Amino acid sequence: MGRAWKLHDHVNTDEIIPGRYNVTTDRASLAEHCLCEVRPDFPTGVRPGDVIVGGRNFGCGSSREHAPLAIQACGVAAIVAPSFARIFYRNAVNVGLVVLTCPDAGRISEGDELEVDPQAGTIVNRTNGETYRTNPLPPFVAQIAEAGGILEYVRRYGWESTV
Amino acid sequence: MGMTISEKILAAHAGKERVEPGEIVMVDVDVNLANELSAALAIDEFLKIKGADRIVRPEQAIFVPDHFTPAKDISTAKLVQRVRQFALDQRARWFEVGRAGIEHCVLPQHGIVGPGQVIIGGDSHTTTYGALGAFSTGVGSTDVAVAWAIGQTWLRVPPTVKVTYHGTLRPWVKGKDLILYTIGQMTVDGATYMAMEFHGETLRELPMAGRFTMANMSIEAGAKNGIFHVDDVTREYLASVGHTAYTEYWSDPDAEYVAEVDIDAGAIEPQIALPSLPENSRPVSEVGDISIDQVVIGTCTNGWIEDMREAAQVLQGHRVSSHVRCIIVPGSQEVQREMVREGLMQIFMDAECIVSTSTCGPCIGGHMGVLGEHERCVSTTNRNFVGRMGARSAEIFLANPAVAAASAIAGHIAGPEEIVSRDLVPV
Repeated sequence: MGRAWKLHDHVNTDEIIPGRYNVTTDRASLAEHCLCEVRPDFPTGVRPGDVIVGGRNFGCGSSREHAPLAIQACGVAAIVAPSFARIFYRNAVNVGLVVLTCPDAGRISEGDELEVDPQAGTIVNRTNGETYRTNPLPPFVAQIAEAGGILEYVRRYGWESTV
Repeated sequence: MGMTISEKILAAHAGKERVEPGEIVMVDVDVNLANELSAALAIDEFLKIKGADRIVRPEQAIFVPDHFTPAKDISTAKLVQRVRQFALDQRARWFEVGRAGIEHCVLPQHGIVGPGQVIIGGDSHTTTYGALGAFSTGVGSTDVAVAWAIGQTWLRVPPTVKVTYHGTLRPWVKGKDLILYTIGQMTVDGATYMAMEFHGETLRELPMAGRFTMANMSIEAGAKNGIFHVDDVTREYLASVGHTAYTEYWSDPDAEYVAEVDIDAGAIEPQIALPSLPENSRPVSEVGDISIDQVVIGTCTNGWIEDMREAAQVLQGHRVSSHVRCIIVPGSQEVQREMVREGLMQIFMDAECIVSTSTCGPCIGGHMGVLGEHERCVSTTNRNFVGRMGARSAEIFLANPAVAAASAIAGHIAGPEEIVSRDLVPV
């Protein structure tokens, strides 16, 4: 169970981790600046298991993998949004961060208590009693997600099994 | 049913007769690009891959340090040192400052990228090379690392949207205006996951610089790639940079498009995209009196010599407004050398601009022109997101080089016709 951090449409990777903080690969330093300008309360207030609830086109902009890594390093359990930008989505799956496309994400309010079940494809909102469905992933992408990222996928199945 | 150019290139690289949109394919990668930021993370991931200690095709692994180089501080210097050592150890292609510039200008100018290739890069504007008829897309660092290890990547075959431009361009209207207008029509996620395929008689007259600008910004409509067909303009450019061996692919007449967009390019005026999304484009003539603090001309989107000539044509014989910083950022060392040769440097200096080394610096709010609170900037870069170039309260307006130059002189947002004589024929 985690609390919802509600964000706007078109949250871009500069907002998730501004370019000037990308000069490190240290996950903890990335986490310190995650969403620091959009939600200054986020880096210090986020708790493991919390959920980011974005609007349309979440993660648009640059290809920086620092963005999903920063969110992951904050202990966020999942990002839920009605739609994602392509590169961010791919990077998130690759690094093992749970991203769920949910047409009903707009029904979730700031601070709602959410139970996210990626395997079942459901989000239960304990605050208002609603349950939302998430869109299924293409099978190959689902396998990467289930393995916890592309490197773990390859470790388990080898290169030959890809596609 | 026929195939699009993007489908044909992906099929050829997957060893298949044909591919369908939505299908996931494993493709051979011809060029694998990383800058110092994406490379640093990619090295971490590469070292985790069991059995991967060497890049399988080091000659195809390109490293261009450009985001924070020359280093702006000690932590940046450390990062670049690490990436350089890795690139040299791997015998990959390292482009040192002084021989390089901004990645997306460097690769075409060195003849590395060309038609029919599959190119991935740890930078979202890797879409730029679609201007040459390549399938080229931005990826994250882990994908770069995987492609170092196996020479391949997985891609979902994108559906294609066909964008066709009709008519003759008005004076001062360039590739930048076409793509800003198009993003305005399609919105910033209108082409998400799609290939944007550019067509139409208008584009035949468009120089390579304008095509690079359009392909560069196809990501700003969410596209996976933006792509042009090869024509004589392309072939002449490729010959000039020594890229001679390539395959031209063509969309079949009965290729399937998920959508078709027709644009009356002859009706488009110079555009400006208001804060804080590239889709907020409108004619410069309609925005009213907006004072500005900084102008940036150049970078990977508009850092070509043609862009520098356009800016110089407007700035010649004028001086930048006394309260405006005008920063010129050539796309590469090659462009800067040509600027000197053609006398553009003198024009910029006399107009009281400053000319920076080639860097992504100001575009990403890194260095060389970071915006303070509530400052406004007219920029030829590709993103006007909140906080992109510095302070969160700063505002970014995207435009072509001539509009940016005119605005620098006026001290407020202005079109070139406000500054230069109507008798002047634009370059």
